[in-house]
Amino acid sequence: MHIDHADAPLRPIKYRRSRLSMLRKNLKRTSWPARIGLAVVILYAVMAIFAPVLAPFGEADVVSTEPFAPWSLVHLFGTDQLGRDVFSRLIYGARNSVGIAFITTTIAFFIGGSLGILSVISHPWLDYLLSTLADTLMAIPQLIFALILLALFGSSIPSIVLIIAVLSATQIFRLSRSLARNIAVMEFIEAAHLRGEKARWIVAREILPNILPTLLAEFGLRFCFVFLTISALSFLGLGIQPPSADWGTMVRESATFISYGNITPLLPAMAIALLTVSINFVIDWFLDIASGLRDDQ
Amino acid sequence: MISKPHDTAARHTGEVLLDIRDLVVEVDNSGAWQPIVKGISLSLRRGEVLGLIGESGAGKSTLGLAALGFTRPGCRIARGSVSFNGIDLLRESEAARRQIRGTRIAYVAQSAATSFNPAHRIIDQTIECAMRLGGLTRQQAIAQAKALYAEMQLPNPNEIGDRYPHQVSGGQLQRAMTAMAMICKPDLIVFDEPTTALDVTTQVEVLASVRRIVTDHHTAALYITHDLAVVAQLAHRIMVLRHGELVEEAETGRMLADPREAYTRSLWTVRNLEKPEEAPTQPILKVSHVDAHYGDFKVLEDICLDLPRGRTLAVVGESGSGKSTLARVIAGLLPATSGTISLNGAALASSLKQRAAGQLRGIQMIYQSADAALNPRHTVMDLVGRPVTLHTGLKGHACARRVVELLEMVELSEHHITSFPSELSGGQKQRVSIARAIAADPEVFICDEITSGLDQLVQEQILKLMLNLQKELDKTYMFITHDIATVNAIADNVVVMQRGRIVQQGPKHELLSSPTHPYTKALLAAVPQMDPHWLDGVLNDSTARLRRQEALRQSALV
Repeated sequence: MHIDHADAPLRPIKYRRSRLSMLRKNLKRTSWPARIGLAVVILYAVMAIFAPVLAPFGEADVVSTEPFAPWSLVHLFGTDQLGRDVFSRLIYGARNSVGIAFITTTIAFFIGGSLGILSVISHPWLDYLLSTLADTLMAIPQLIFALILLALFGSSIPSIVLIIAVLSATQIFRLSRSLARNIAVMEFIEAAHLRGEKARWIVAREILPNILPTLLAEFGLRFCFVFLTISALSFLGLGIQPPSADWGTMVRESATFISYGNITPLLPAMAIALLTVSINFVIDWFLDIASGLRDDQ
Repeated sequence: MISKPHDTAARHTGEVLLDIRDLVVEVDNSGAWQPIVKGISLSLRRGEVLGLIGESGAGKSTLGLAALGFTRPGCRIARGSVSFNGIDLLRESEAARRQIRGTRIAYVAQSAATSFNPAHRIIDQTIECAMRLGGLTRQQAIAQAKALYAEMQLPNPNEIGDRYPHQVSGGQLQRAMTAMAMICKPDLIVFDEPTTALDVTTQVEVLASVRRIVTDHHTAALYITHDLAVVAQLAHRIMVLRHGELVEEAETGRMLADPREAYTRSLWTVRNLEKPEEAPTQPILKVSHVDAHYGDFKVLEDICLDLPRGRTLAVVGESGSGKSTLARVIAGLLPATSGTISLNGAALASSLKQRAAGQLRGIQMIYQSADAALNPRHTVMDLVGRPVTLHTGLKGHACARRVVELLEMVELSEHHITSFPSELSGGQKQRVSIARAIAADPEVFICDEITSGLDQLVQEQILKLMLNLQKELDKTYMFITHDIATVNAIADNVVVMQRGRIVQQGPKHELLSSPTHPYTKALLAAVPQMDPHWLDGVLNDSTARLRRQEALRQSALV
């Protein structure tokens, strides 16, 4: 921070709120589902980041001569069809499934969000062009479209990420466009134009802070959808390819066990379900805070 | 000819219809119950009109709703009783209360535009209650509604009900809403600021209709408003409320002539601010022969005006007259299609993008609604500091110091610097808007209805602040307003606009004392005066003309 030396003897003015105190205030307002959700999300993140440390065995190592071994102390959840440790693969699965879904959603938001705002502040014809494009993409069922594109481009991880990101970006484009449009007609935007602000300032300081809470909440929801889409693609055999561990693929590989009363294939499915529910709890809390900023009084 | 409610002394001997005793209403403030009505008692006789006055937060609307045995969500009636015609509403079941509401007690809300369902025709909404609770058939109810529309002097009473709410004017909608309240011939109507959102010329119409119908049907009424002059026309008795408590209660005549409490007197004086005449100066801003269009629609036509340096020009007219459009054209937000605007002798480009930074700085706008004009995600430091940085280059602590100076100029203090707009009151928010405008150090301030969203006392403070700032800083104001009292308080010169044209302009005293244009006359006549007999006088000489105008406007709309 710049401090003018000539004015140094003057009493300093406290003109910023400390972010820490605001964070503490918001954390105090969490409900118990939000706390559970937050804990689960953090747990998954830790699992994804420290997978090599946490997992007793390697991701693709064949560690047992016995395929489909039952649960034991060495292999907590048994082994799969090749004799790999299911527990280790579950932990690595967090890294692949969650990590890829996160990257995909982030790219989708970057594309959709920036194009949405751009179409509001720029020329009407660009808005028309982008909206028509988004409508066209949205008109085709997403999963089928993704399958066709994956068949075209091959199912490598970069192409999965890009295809799903672009397809999800259409909805985010719609949302950010309508949010930004509501803000762009407000008088404080007019006031910013009147004092001669550049477009960059108007987007970054006037529009973005007002639409960010809603966009972030949408990020959580969209993350769940992307996650489920990737899992569905993996289940269909077009997603993350072996030998990478992935929850969708793991469900498929051991799906037949369910008819023998073995719950092992349900474990990755439950991991998916738990994360989705937890994220929704966190979003609810977040929306509560975001709207609370205005409705506090 | 309308009989004056003030003369019907016989009514005062009527039986007590509504009796509220020691009413305490509390609001849920995140877990803690805080009282907003603190033990108010009132009684109302049949056919009597009681005015409730107070600033916002005085608890007058809450009290009005409590008369229906109702509280807003998040509120509860903690103590007291509300007895209507001998029935204790608070002890009755919700079903029983619902039978009474609409049929025996009716409610007219402030904004008819948001109270009508836009998807249904007016007539269907008017008769709904009569059919559900009043036991009328559809034909009977429609016949009654039409009769009431005629009584409310709505144009085409037989057909207007077939329109949708957006197809009639605001004043007509407010009258339709009063008709809706009257349809079951209730004993009591609660009017919650029914004319606040209307133009003065429309307000007269609605007031006259309300008074006529209340008198003719011998209906008791609670009339809630913040405008004394309005309530003086209708009420037999006035109660002044503040912070949920009763300040003073008296008969209307006594209350107007001899208010006892200091707070009541301060309410009285607000409307009497008057800026003394000052010597004319050279114009700083010149607008000549300006036209402007929205698409193909001409919104401004041949506007010529001068803003003398260090003086205030008030632009008056009803909504839709083009006052705000003129402000936008001068600011450069809406490029003029022809004509010139010059500041300090230098011509201004018509569009904002072509104006130089210094020219942008020279004209600053202050908006009506500080809620919309202040970014809710910025603190006061961000809001006021940004123009400081932009125009002076000050940053960090130096900028903060300047912001504090500006806040002190608008009578706010240093601790407001970290506040978000949502943490400030309406008056404080407007002060922040003013500070933001001063931060740019402009020559001309365009003030677009900056006091109309505020309570009267706050209005007075803001007007005084603006006057002081003008004296200290020698700034020029263009003050857009529809309120003649505001014009009196602040203006040196006045421009009257109607349908995108200037119909009359001149020095304030000259224009207000001798209006030449018929529209100016109608506008001035429609301003409520603190005289209980004002409405009678106005109705006798200007009703006919106003009605003609309304008919004209209707034909233009259709």
